[in-house]
Amino acid sequence: MAVTEKELGEILAKLPSKVQKNRSKHILIKDDCKPDQEIEANTRTIPGIITNRGCAYAGCKGVVLGPLKDMIHIVHGPIGCSYYAWGTRRNKAKTADPADNFLNYCFSTDMQESDIVFGGEKKLAATIDEVMKIFNPKAITISATCPVGLIGDDIQSVAKAAEERHGIQVMAFNCEGYKGVSQSAGHHIANNILMDKVIGNSSEEKAAKPFAINLLGEYNIGGDGWEIERVLKEIGYHVVSVMTGDGSYEELRVAHTAELNLVQCHRSINYIAEMLEVKYGTPWLKVNFIGIQSTIESLRNMALYFGDEALRKKTEEVILREVAKIQPQIDQYRKICDGKRAFCFVGGSRGHHYQGLFAELGIETVLAGYEFAHRDDYEGRKVLPTIKTDADSKNIPELHVERDTSRYQVKLPPEIAAELSKKIPLSDYPGLNVDMQNGSIVVDDLNHYETEEFIRLLKPDIFASGIKDKYVVQKMGIPAKQIHSYDYSGPYAGFGGAVNFARDVSMAFASPTWNFITPPWQDQPLLDGQINEGGAA
Amino acid sequence: MLDATPKKLAERTSGSMINPAKTCQPIGAMYAALGIHRCLPHSHGSQGCCSYHRMHLTRHFRDPVMASTSSFTEGASVFGGGANLKTAIKNVFEIYDPDIMAVHTTCLSETIGDDVPTIIRQAEVPEGKVVFHANTPSYQGSHITGFSNMTKAMVTYFAESQLAEKEERVNIIPGFINPGDMREIKRITAAMQIPFTLFPDTSGVVDSPMTGSFQMYPRGGVTLPELKKTGDAKLTIALGRFASSDAAETLEKKCKVRAATLRTPIGIKATDAFVMALRGAFAVEVPRELEEERGQLVDIMTDTHFHFHGKRVAVFGDPDIVAAMTEFLLSLGMKPIHVLTGTPGGALGSGMAGFEGEVKEMLSAAGISGNVKSAGDLFTLHQWIKNEPVDLLIGNTYGKFIAKAEDIPFVRLGFPVLDRSVHSYLPVVGYRGAMRLIEMISGALLDRQDRDAADEDFELVM
Repeated sequence: MAVTEKELGEILAKLPSKVQKNRSKHILIKDDCKPDQEIEANTRTIPGIITNRGCAYAGCKGVVLGPLKDMIHIVHGPIGCSYYAWGTRRNKAKTADPADNFLNYCFSTDMQESDIVFGGEKKLAATIDEVMKIFNPKAITISATCPVGLIGDDIQSVAKAAEERHGIQVMAFNCEGYKGVSQSAGHHIANNILMDKVIGNSSEEKAAKPFAINLLGEYNIGGDGWEIERVLKEIGYHVVSVMTGDGSYEELRVAHTAELNLVQCHRSINYIAEMLEVKYGTPWLKVNFIGIQSTIESLRNMALYFGDEALRKKTEEVILREVAKIQPQIDQYRKICDGKRAFCFVGGSRGHHYQGLFAELGIETVLAGYEFAHRDDYEGRKVLPTIKTDADSKNIPELHVERDTSRYQVKLPPEIAAELSKKIPLSDYPGLNVDMQNGSIVVDDLNHYETEEFIRLLKPDIFASGIKDKYVVQKMGIPAKQIHSYDYSGPYAGFGGAVNFARDVSMAFASPTWNFITPPWQDQPLLDGQINEGGAA
Repeated sequence: MLDATPKKLAERTSGSMINPAKTCQPIGAMYAALGIHRCLPHSHGSQGCCSYHRMHLTRHFRDPVMASTSSFTEGASVFGGGANLKTAIKNVFEIYDPDIMAVHTTCLSETIGDDVPTIIRQAEVPEGKVVFHANTPSYQGSHITGFSNMTKAMVTYFAESQLAEKEERVNIIPGFINPGDMREIKRITAAMQIPFTLFPDTSGVVDSPMTGSFQMYPRGGVTLPELKKTGDAKLTIALGRFASSDAAETLEKKCKVRAATLRTPIGIKATDAFVMALRGAFAVEVPRELEEERGQLVDIMTDTHFHFHGKRVAVFGDPDIVAAMTEFLLSLGMKPIHVLTGTPGGALGSGMAGFEGEVKEMLSAAGISGNVKSAGDLFTLHQWIKNEPVDLLIGNTYGKFIAKAEDIPFVRLGFPVLDRSVHSYLPVVGYRGAMRLIEMISGALLDRQDRDAADEDFELVM
């Protein structure tokens, strides 16, 4: 069931004219006859629009830094920002010594009015000293919240002085919430400093084992990273680091030793992937470990990259065994899901990644989009040169790295790389649009009004999104699946994860609870009676 | 779990928080504003604030929490958020059509000094629609302060004294409690046949029924005409000094409505005080229905006292709830030896004084010496517990880390409860709420006894 331009126009026509003009550029109907459909993305949300978007701080501390388990992440600001990013994202982690894992802790300078008036630098320095004394961590991060930038606290200098006092790395991130237009700005800020200060900050020159890889943009939500690693390790890969789910300071430092970087979430980590290639000559491969076919394809592409026959064989062997194990279960769940239709609106990569898994269950994605992606996440990296910078994107510093002359290694001869690039997404991401069905909707920064309207128009059977619209959708009698937090389930990645996802989605459809929405008295007459001969009885 | 927390009490002078027991003002303001019928809360700050507050409230209530944002960018932060707020006001009314928009500030808009009332005056507000505001700087107080400030704004903006004589009606300000508690307070007041206005009233908003269709503005919430008439009521009962008394005192000053501040009616003594205050002010008999409930509660308390008597308890959370809960624990013969709130216990208006004093007085009257702290954090509470262990921990979901680390039975109470459901629908206030609390406390303690019992000591009847 395709949406027509007329229907789309009618939805937008109800909006104020300026909003209408803006929003029409963020929505497209996929048309297979038009190969280069453009969408506007990574621009300001209009004030008053009920958006799902968050802020730069959420992207920096909440997404990228937060999962690094053996560092202490101090949030410099009033209490709320640190509080809301405490344990709410399900990035799981374990450490050999549980005392090295700080993920269940929350650190805030808890700025008070006097700190706003007189500056918070002293309080921040005292907080660092206190944290060092009590916890003695390997490294510390400081994330700035809105008022920090406004009052001009120099957190970089505070960090530098603390490094000198304590002899550990203390890194400051100027990720004030007002920077950029969404979480995306914060990803970039976090990427820059991790690349600049941590990655490669080690005397290790060579990975401990062959087939060494980094897994970038995997946050181990619900244990996704562990399910992916299980398979990678079995095939024979050496996972040097995961950025940043279950990630650690120590792993990040040696990440330069990997021979290949896998990129799962392109949006949040492509900066590091690119910089690793420039600095160390390590190419990156766009992977997708959500869904069975996507996982298989990602594993085969990795094997192609390394070009090792034993590795290729082992890859096929593991694929065969894993698929044989899960396919019968998937087939059962498919019986429940087949023919259903989904909306898939998530973050910066999952809006794309989950479509394959939905399809394997017989569920068609009729609307998809991202909360904070850029045009390249929709249209592919080929559009990168044409993306215009604006006032908001200019405010995010670009880090320019240079070739590390002693460590740079050509991992693939150019002619082989060129050949491989024809077969696998080597240092490339073709984006979401190419995978959308003809007539389906692609929407950037979907808002509440459009959510209601598109549901009315397309009547999906399931809505894959986040917590803020979950219950809005469920009130309409439509199951909503949180793809940020997995409704506290998971893992959903890899082979094992596909079964979990199939089970949970099937449960949402099969639950008898939906059958009770209409009370019995609503469609039954109040009085029971029979018409007998001669009148009512 | 929390393995990096040492037993030795850490000397802490930085003023920072480790594992906080409070959050910031705007979320409280957003929650309070949801308690007005057809009102859309609006967060004047970065998108992240609004997103985080909606996320957290939604996870606690498992119901839609609608709110809009001024979506500040760096430009707005430099040049002021006036244009953003004006655009937001226009768009909100055109697209989402609330009757009322409740603007609250954030640390961002406060730090740059946006003059919100002036911006509102300059904005295009459609005929018949209303925009009001509360200043809720995140760097003062806590989410409870934010709730209090938004509730006070309802009084300063809307309350009117129109009649020469006050009406036989009570205003009740419930504080930052669940809709299930608000329903129970209304039921008790209605049972006493006293006309009332409860504000804010989130029942019917964040505990709305499943009907198969989404209502952006559900049936619940106090109405604007009701808010206006609060100035003509003869009494305001503020339940909870921290969340409610500021609004009640403001109403007293503005419209000469007598204000009485009571504890949140958690437990028998606080509920008695609430019922007696209503009885005294309106000269009505306490109905048999309530007397029977009270009798049932006392029956349960006496019959099962050996389940809980003498047990040592740590309780933390929001100050009004913790103070009332401490009182109830004492009524049960329990020993609250660690009592902590994250909300600062002084400054800011007459209602904000002395959490520590209030609780210490109760403890000393009961002959109990314990640790009491306002503006505390859960790292401190955990250290206290490591040094002086307890039999039971009571608090919001964040307590589960300590409960697991120290293997302590845990009862979830207050905001937020993110890992259990139904809590927001059922009361902990009133006599029936007290029964429910005993069920929760006894259940937690006896489950533990069962879990730890050797086979030969495993009891069928307890």
